[in-house]
Amino acid sequence: MKGLILIIISGALINNVVLNQFLGICSFLGVSRQMKASASLGGAVIFVITIASAVASLLYDNVLAPLGMGFMKTIVFILVIAALVQIVEMFLKKHSPGIYKALGIYLPLITTNCAVLGVALTNVQNGYNFIQSVLSGFGTAVGFTLAIVLLAGIRSRIEESDLPEPLRGAPIVLIAAALMSIAFMGFADLALV
Amino acid sequence: MNKYLERIYNGVIKENPILVLMLGMCPTLAVSTQAINGIGMGLSTTAVLICSNLLISALRKVIPDQVRLPAYIVIVASFVTVTELLIEAYLPSIYSALGIYIPLIVVNCIILGRAEAYANKHSVGLSVMDGLGMGIGFTLALTLAAAVREILGSGTCFGMRVLPEAVEPIGLFVQPPGAFLVIALFIIIMNAIGIKTRQRKLVENGCDGCCAACTADCDRREDVK
Repeated sequence: MKGLILIIISGALINNVVLNQFLGICSFLGVSRQMKASASLGGAVIFVITIASAVASLLYDNVLAPLGMGFMKTIVFILVIAALVQIVEMFLKKHSPGIYKALGIYLPLITTNCAVLGVALTNVQNGYNFIQSVLSGFGTAVGFTLAIVLLAGIRSRIEESDLPEPLRGAPIVLIAAALMSIAFMGFADLALV
Repeated sequence: MNKYLERIYNGVIKENPILVLMLGMCPTLAVSTQAINGIGMGLSTTAVLICSNLLISALRKVIPDQVRLPAYIVIVASFVTVTELLIEAYLPSIYSALGIYIPLIVVNCIILGRAEAYANKHSVGLSVMDGLGMGIGFTLALTLAAAVREILGSGTCFGMRVLPEAVEPIGLFVQPPGAFLVIALFIIIMNAIGIKTRQRKLVENGCDGCCAACTADCDRREDVK
């Protein structure tokens, strides 16, 4: 039990997917302009990564590994993720239009979000079983959401400030991300508990 | 200038993938802790980029338009797997240093971006040169970022000590925050000398622009607005 909780905490805080492992940087920098959009993207990411980790783990343990085709994992995972995002999009559109309206436009963006593939591959690399993979996916996605929502909050303050010309746009956002990353380094001590 | 050489110039200088187009930020930030990793990552990406541009350009009349993105992804993923196995077999030290970022070349925006923006419209020869130019540009910029981080963070460059012993290296630069700081510094310099990076415009639109798929989606979002 303690191990499982540690997997979630490690995914969300200690090895934060964006600030420590640099996965999903594109959407982290691109969509973090408004708090509402970031929170919606975060919701969509939690949804997709959790499902994708579950499916990838089932596929690897029951199909790829027994057949000795572990080397095919990159191709299989990326196709499964792309198909999965499409299915989730169609399913939500038909059955829960409310959620679709909130998350819909962000779903296609997630196919190429390297965090999804990254988590699936890391789970295999760490030899996680099904439950551990799902929890690790969930924790990682929560970490992504936390980081992007925090950055959106910081950016809403930056927008109003008077910056030197060369710093405007991407540079100041990267500097804010660097400071957040320093703050998140403090969580490394949690691993020792 | 000959149009094949022009592709190389375009990739290295005019549309440098990292410094001007701001594509492929994930591997740039992640593996730039040591200059040698930068070269390893850059060359692996270049190999995949040349092969995928070649095949996609050769098949551009065969692949139906509606399913082109899945087809590109399969082609790219196959070449990435081949590259990964080759690196694992012949360069085990680079393989362990780059780790999970080698399979993640699949989702590197530069590769799908070039397939969509160039290789599916041009001849095989030009597409290969485009891949080569973009790859060299990526490798150079990535190695530069990695060298800056390595010098500031560990006082060495390609493993050789360059700073005198008395100078204490700033460890922060080889840690994750240093990656963000060094790339921010590069863009500040680009902005200060007046070269517009593409990211600035895209960030202002609230859009990703990381790759073909996202860009297409951004257009759709603009239309909805």
